Amino acid sequence: MAKDGYGTTPAPGLWGWINARFPLESMLKEHITEYYAPKNFNYWYLFGSLSLVVLVLQLVTGIFLTMSYKPNAAEAFASVEYIMRDVEWGWLIRYLHSTGASAFFIVVYLHMFRALMYGSYRAPRELLWLFGMVIYVCLIAEAFLGYLLPWGNMSYWGAQVIVSLFGTVPVIGESLAEWIKGDYFISDITLNRFFALHVAAIPLVLVFLVVAHILALHQVGSNNPDGIEIKKTKDARGIPLDGVPFHPYMTVKDTFGLGVFLLLFCGIVFFAPTMNGYFLEAPNFEQANPMQTPPHIAPVWYFTPFYAMLRAVPSYFGTQVWGVIVMFAALMLPFFLPWLDRSPVKSIRYKGWISKLALAVFALSFVVLGYCGMKPPVGNLPLVSRVFTALYFAFFVLMPWYSRIDGVKPVPERVTYHAH
Amino acid sequence: MRIEILPRATALAAVALLLLPLAAPAEEGPSLPPAGNDVRNRDSLQRGARNFMNYCSGCHSAKFVRYNRVAADLGIPEAELKANLMFTSDKSFDTIQSSLSAADAVKWFGIATPDLSLIARARGTDYLYAYLRSFYADASRPTGVNNVVLPGTAMPHVLVDLQGLQNAVFKSEAGEATPVFDHFEPVAPGRLSREQYDEFVRDTVNFLQYIGEPIEVKRRNLGVWVTLFLMAFTAFAYLLNKEYWRDVH
Repeated sequence: MAKDGYGTTPAPGLWGWINARFPLESMLKEHITEYYAPKNFNYWYLFGSLSLVVLVLQLVTGIFLTMSYKPNAAEAFASVEYIMRDVEWGWLIRYLHSTGASAFFIVVYLHMFRALMYGSYRAPRELLWLFGMVIYVCLIAEAFLGYLLPWGNMSYWGAQVIVSLFGTVPVIGESLAEWIKGDYFISDITLNRFFALHVAAIPLVLVFLVVAHILALHQVGSNNPDGIEIKKTKDARGIPLDGVPFHPYMTVKDTFGLGVFLLLFCGIVFFAPTMNGYFLEAPNFEQANPMQTPPHIAPVWYFTPFYAMLRAVPSYFGTQVWGVIVMFAALMLPFFLPWLDRSPVKSIRYKGWISKLALAVFALSFVVLGYCGMKPPVGNLPLVSRVFTALYFAFFVLMPWYSRIDGVKPVPERVTYHAH
Repeated sequence: MRIEILPRATALAAVALLLLPLAAPAEEGPSLPPAGNDVRNRDSLQRGARNFMNYCSGCHSAKFVRYNRVAADLGIPEAELKANLMFTSDKSFDTIQSSLSAADAVKWFGIATPDLSLIARARGTDYLYAYLRSFYADASRPTGVNNVVLPGTAMPHVLVDLQGLQNAVFKSEAGEATPVFDHFEPVAPGRLSREQYDEFVRDTVNFLQYIGEPIEVKRRNLGVWVTLFLMAFTAFAYLLNKEYWRDVH
């Protein structure tokens, strides 16, 4: 057989023909069949692949929704009901998309918590973490933009509240809010541009970032619950001793995880698509009405921790901008985690009690703030919000200190694994 | 074997949080007695459709709902539909429109009558059930009636002929600035007994729930099959996973 220009013998047939022209086989090997993942992955490691599944679900259902949706203030609300009633399987496509939005945040929050527990943001995975954080911020933007599209009354007033946050920026605030809306109020023009950003701009960026996130992961290799580098101990062929090929070992594990996820997800889609008003809010079954606010405006559950922090800060010097600053700071702080954590070990398994307590308090504060953000700010709730906002910030701000002085346990050379 | 408290505790907490929405609704209003309707009860839905077309559709549209969809879902023959239930159109594929124009409604009641397609999803069936049973005589209102659930409502008591008229008795609690509703007292009887009227309202609310989401019953039925399939799928995936990981030591 003739040798190609590089001195290697190409495989025969179509497979060889393709691989002489496109690195299909080497890509499959590098990223799937010969990508070695630590064998001690536990079920916390399912949420990465599940995020990818939900992303694809949102893209596909989103494409089908745009076929019948009208991005027009006069027709948007009716077109959603048209999808729910007259389009074949339209109700299923819409519920998959609306439930998928909440599911996306559930799996991404769990995915991020996994990274916090096992120190997956630590060197050499700083860029991997940063790509992930940008994905999260894009996801927030995507969810916010998409929430206006059904043109329900909560869509309208939710967008009004969030856009008005930009109005608190000193000097340029008012013009900035007008520039975002393209009008003096949330209008048909706003709906049109939110539609363009929701279905084209942000998804494009999201897909690009997800590819970058996975490439960065495969460059440095996956972290694991022990927080040690499996690449340090390799066999004669250069394969990590504690690694297993991603396919079939992780694909088969992820398939089982996907089954469990789909059972929960389809349970919601088919039996409780509004999730008692948490996923689809009752006021959003009334068309947007600029003359009438809903009795209580609250964002959807995945934004409420940040909303609670926004409301927790009182106004000083006649401006609300402080709450907005606190809210954005809360969103920005996790970006710095790789440089805030000074512990000599990565995983929570080998950290001391201070780090464990700090992580538990952080998780608790996120949940409590989420609850406070859903409820009207009456009674003790503003005080509770303030206390837990302080705790949220303390987790990050004090980390360089407590992570250094905290005790550590000896880290093993090889991963902890019990055969099934 | 070491037990990881933190991951397990958080996993448990995550599951508990997922289940929380099923227990507590996002928006809590005043607690109302349950409507007790059943959207799978076709007889009730047929009576509800009759009630809606005769008592509601004169002033309220259901502009997202098609007559023939209602007929098909509720098992009403097309001829009966046309003869008994269609008052504003003769084309069964039309949506349910009201003969009261928005301009006239504003002129007569001060407000455009709301479309009822999604009213049950926006307000809830318990609210509607309570609202339709809570009209009372109030001479200070232009319609002669007021409502305990929606004080100052612009809607006249169109069902007074069936329910009869009632007075609301308010009680002043110590320390409360405004008197609180206590109970109703019948003034003039209607054509229906109290139980019959409650049943009438329940059927009507049931129909409103149905038109809010016509696919609801089919969605739930399909969900059972989807769940069964996924259980089988997950069981096989579990076994496959176990088989593969047997090689890993």
